[in-house]
Amino acid sequence: MISWRGYLAVVVARFRVLLQYRAAAVAGIVTQIFWGCIKIMVLAAFFAVAVETPPMTFEAVVVYIWLGQVFLGLLPWNHDSELEELFRSGGVAYELLRPLDLYWFWFARTLAFRTAPTLLRMLPGTLFAVAILPVIGLPEWALTAPASVMHGLVFLVSFIGMVLLSCAVSILISISMFWMLEARGLVVITTGVVPVLSGMVVPLPLFPDWAQPFLQAQPFRGLCDVPFRLYSGDIPLELAGQEIAFQFAWVLVLILLGYALIAHARKRVVVQGG
Amino acid sequence: MSIIQVEGLTKSFRIAERKAGFFGAVSGLFSRHYRNVEALRDVSFEINAGELVGYIGPNGAGKSTTIKILAGILVPSSGRCEVNGRVPWRQRRDHVASIGVVFGQRTQLWWDLPVIESFDLLRDIYRVSQDRYVATRDELIELLDLRDFLDTPVRQLSLGQRVRCDIAASLLHEPTIVFLDEPTIGLDAVSQLSVRAFIKQIAEERHVTVLLTTHDLDDIEAICDRLIVINDGNLLLDGTIDDLRSRYGDGRYIAVELESFKDVPHEHEDLVVERSDSHILFCIENDVPAFINHVLAEYPVKDLLVTHPPIERVVASMYQTERIAS
Repeated sequence: MISWRGYLAVVVARFRVLLQYRAAAVAGIVTQIFWGCIKIMVLAAFFAVAVETPPMTFEAVVVYIWLGQVFLGLLPWNHDSELEELFRSGGVAYELLRPLDLYWFWFARTLAFRTAPTLLRMLPGTLFAVAILPVIGLPEWALTAPASVMHGLVFLVSFIGMVLLSCAVSILISISMFWMLEARGLVVITTGVVPVLSGMVVPLPLFPDWAQPFLQAQPFRGLCDVPFRLYSGDIPLELAGQEIAFQFAWVLVLILLGYALIAHARKRVVVQGG
Repeated sequence: MSIIQVEGLTKSFRIAERKAGFFGAVSGLFSRHYRNVEALRDVSFEINAGELVGYIGPNGAGKSTTIKILAGILVPSSGRCEVNGRVPWRQRRDHVASIGVVFGQRTQLWWDLPVIESFDLLRDIYRVSQDRYVATRDELIELLDLRDFLDTPVRQLSLGQRVRCDIAASLLHEPTIVFLDEPTIGLDAVSQLSVRAFIKQIAEERHVTVLLTTHDLDDIEAICDRLIVINDGNLLLDGTIDDLRSRYGDGRYIAVELESFKDVPHEHEDLVVERSDSHILFCIENDVPAFINHVLAEYPVKDLLVTHPPIERVVASMYQTERIAS
């Protein structure tokens, strides 16, 4: 019998602990707003001198950038340091003592780890992008509402896909610690790769044409590119079903991969420190 | 009826070795040397429901490895093991729901949460009904005297407080078997006594089976009916404390308090364990009455006390004997 009670309790408990890190949230907010403005300025300059018609409208780019900044914390480029500590200290033994499926137990942890800090940070950032920018005379840089109610609903579904995808990637980083003891090495790679491939650094449609087939097929696209372009209407509604299916297919693949890796790791667990 | 059955349990680890220093680190990048460490070799025992068993051995003997296999955390290299009719590592989730485990050196509580919230979380994880939970929790809080720091985050607790909370946490889901891995390590005398008294009480009242590893033999004497000793992965002894004494330390300590330090014969130096101006402590293996008569006749005796050798000495002599034997 599957009961969600235990997993839910883990999410809630972790979530509440993580909400305590207010100083980190404030620092994060400032960075988000700063980078959001810089990126928009750079792209505005490019759009102003573009000789060809860019593949995205400027409005869609602004939405893309601000949603990226607001949901920055959801991007699975880092790892849960609490889990890393458990691996290093051997506390992972206690994780195996719980009558929970290890994958979903960690999924629950990861879900809290991804969403709690993001929730803390997203409100001020959103407020700035939605309300303050128009007031200080920069309405064309402001974050606008979804293209329509339907776009909004489609975005919500895709947003769920984005969160699940983010957790499924994060947990793979955690599972790697069964082999590597610490995630630092892998995180150096993901820190470089994930923001680029997701579209966080530069919106994916602005990449050269030759890169598009690859960019369209890889899973990280589901983290920013798909939901953000559904929001702005850059992806037409007719393609929404297909794009969301793409996201969820990758979620399924990565979950199965994580599951298989955990099952494999379980057989060769060594607990550190006796 | 045996509730824990272990038969021919063997566990070996493969350990990557590297030479010390910079060149060792660099050469380790190119070729790795692995060494097999046999943590357990063909260990077998059975434990009956309700037994209180002490599991001892020197550092690195394989105690924790055994506990971790019995708890379903580690998979053994070979051998058979059933706990409550289940194979721990195959039916891990059902298995862990019926056992409680305390690793004295680590905490199972959530570091940043108040103790009581950790307990609540365990209630949900183990799916304990609210009524049962409240009853068990309140009883444990009472018995272990946790009331004063229930709202304190775990990271701020003293070691003694933390261990008591950890023990409570391991019992919230009313397990039938409890594995305690060095539960009294680092505790002060008062905390040790209260933890021991609690373990004994909970085992009797709730018919919990307890397997306890420790280096503190007072724990064993105070709590356990039975003793399993391993060394270097091999089972050395399985029996009562009296069995241990009769095999490895069947002597008597004779403590003599002297009237004066004059006229004390300096003899039997090989039997003297300690000597001061006013005391002599002998350890006698056989014919104790004759030796006592001799002492009373020849020494200015003020008082005389005959005791068992302390169990530490017995165990030390056992480890030594076995090392020579192997």
